[in-house]
Amino acid sequence: MIQVANPARFQDFTLEQATQAVQEFKDQPGALISALHKLQDTFGYVDEAAMPMLAKLFNLSRAEVHGVTSFYHDFRRTPPGTYTVRVCQAEACQSMGSQALTEAVKQQLGCDFHETSADGLFSLEAVYCLGNCACAPSVMVDKQTYGRMSPERFQALTRALAAKATGDN
Amino acid sequence: MATRIYIPRETSAISLGAELLVDAIATEAKYRGLDVQIVRNGSRGACFLEPLVEVQTANGRIGYGPVQIEDVPDLFDANFLEGGQHKLALGDVETLPWFANQERLTFARCGLIDATSVEEYQSLGGFKGLEHAIAKDSKGIIQEVLDSGLRGRGGAAFPTGIKWQTVATAQADQKYIVCNADEGDSGTFSDRMIMEGDPLSLVEGMTIAGLAVGATMGYVYLRSEYPLTRQVLQEAIDNARAAGYLGQNVAGSGKAFELEIRMGAGAYICGEETSLLESLEGKRGQIRFKPPLPALKGLFGKPTVVNNVISLATVPVILEKGGKHYAEYGRGRSLGTMPFQLTGNIKQGGLVEKAFGLTLRQLIEDFGKGTATGRPVRAIQVGGPLGAYFPEDLLDTPLDYEDFAKAGGMLGHGGVVVFDDTVNMARMARFSMHFCAIESCGKCTPCRIGSTRGVETIDRIVAAQGEQEREQQHIILKDLCETMESASLCALGGLTPMPVMSAVKHFKGDFQ
Repeated sequence: MIQVANPARFQDFTLEQATQAVQEFKDQPGALISALHKLQDTFGYVDEAAMPMLAKLFNLSRAEVHGVTSFYHDFRRTPPGTYTVRVCQAEACQSMGSQALTEAVKQQLGCDFHETSADGLFSLEAVYCLGNCACAPSVMVDKQTYGRMSPERFQALTRALAAKATGDN
Repeated sequence: MATRIYIPRETSAISLGAELLVDAIATEAKYRGLDVQIVRNGSRGACFLEPLVEVQTANGRIGYGPVQIEDVPDLFDANFLEGGQHKLALGDVETLPWFANQERLTFARCGLIDATSVEEYQSLGGFKGLEHAIAKDSKGIIQEVLDSGLRGRGGAAFPTGIKWQTVATAQADQKYIVCNADEGDSGTFSDRMIMEGDPLSLVEGMTIAGLAVGATMGYVYLRSEYPLTRQVLQEAIDNARAAGYLGQNVAGSGKAFELEIRMGAGAYICGEETSLLESLEGKRGQIRFKPPLPALKGLFGKPTVVNNVISLATVPVILEKGGKHYAEYGRGRSLGTMPFQLTGNIKQGGLVEKAFGLTLRQLIEDFGKGTATGRPVRAIQVGGPLGAYFPEDLLDTPLDYEDFAKAGGMLGHGGVVVFDDTVNMARMARFSMHFCAIESCGKCTPCRIGSTRGVETIDRIVAAQGEQEREQQHIILKDLCETMESASLCALGGLTPMPVMSAVKHFKGDFQ
């Protein structure tokens, strides 16, 4: 049995809602990254249409906002799948077979890193260390980390997640 | 009275099923009509025993682990609520050699208490250090930290007291304490573990730092890969504030100190202090030129203490028991204890806090009991992705800043990653360059371009047709590494050559 959380529920992006979501950061010093996190948590990604709004809110140029958004690996520019799966690629996980695990994950989901599976359920990303290095290899699904992952356990995990997403749990 | 059962609310334990266990034990107890109280502690650090369930019995605290949900009915049948015998029973875990042989100062409370409870924190000496600090002036606090010999545990090992002194003597209308919780090194998790297991020690440490240098605002820059840590730390901050340990009048001292958590966004470079400050200011995490030092011109251009989580979380015990007491541990210029993290291909992985000076072999063989796969150890990377790879014959190197530097490596943040004999070291060297290419902030050329050239050169070495061609590429790689080492602006480009060249030096046979 594997613990799975409900899929994150993202709202459809509207500029109006986005503007409202980030108002709380208006007067906080240096809060652009917090605002980007808020947008991504709300909509699942940072929509291009939010850039001029953020620039105005923080009194920055659009180029600066774009520069910050594109610098950080976390921020997506397109909507994600139902779940985001991150497979650790760092050394400690490599010592416990993460390369073979990564190949199995890619094959099972039928997609590469930075892509989404054809059924729209899983977006696959690489991550460099989840801080679970004594229980390697590790995988993260949304905000939940799983240790001592194997191709077999990953298959059970994705089945449980898929069942949860479609409601026939 | 309800029996207290401890189940960690900690990333590693949860990654192995601790949440399911909470439900299963609560349900089973209810079904059997037994009165239990489940306490969510942090991890004690023995990751190989997680999920570790402990029961408070008349004969002390008895551990069972690693427990999976299918074991639960069986545990109840064995009367584990009274410490009954079972194949998973460990007795009092503190008597296990793995714990008994540690020297826990920073992690003394970790895993013992309900992590976010101010009351339980106080019951084991919590806020004593702050009390002592309030009774001293700025100079007095800093003197204790200087006496302790504490050096930055993030990796650079700069004396913490000297950094504080610089900020304390700077004149400014506003100063900041910034906690570097961007723990990105592979093979490390001590920051996460203390923030999930004893977060109030960080809150207390930052508050003491604020009093010492005259800062009223602190930021914890936490990596986004640690969502649970954020939750636990935020609860601890809120509880500390409610108990009067944060705010306008810290513990009745008349001094103000506030704390805020800011999340990173998946950039390894933001663990570098100037890049972290840029990111805290909402900018691209590109590194700054030094000077000016962050201690004089740091966050928003103001004097700023930037310290690692472990450095700050060690401050309370230094103020509680005295700098001289702390300095009695360790040796030479490596004083005090270090939380080593034993990871990768290791049988008994986890966090081992020990005074500096034990050897890598003692750590891996006595605590770790060898590899998880049972195969021979072939390579050990100490100090994260920028640390050197050591072969088996360097296992007797003492874990000490100076001894490690002499052996061509570094202790860094104390991460130890073990590899068995199936590892291909050319592949690991290539990965080091590849990682640098992905994570380079792009500000300086040796790092930005050099890392990609490094990947290509290693590929050419491996693909070389003859010895002569291979040697030629080795010369290019060495030259490239020298350039990166001496001309990069920060440690990412400057230290990536360390794992690469150590792999070439000790495992050259793999490069073909």
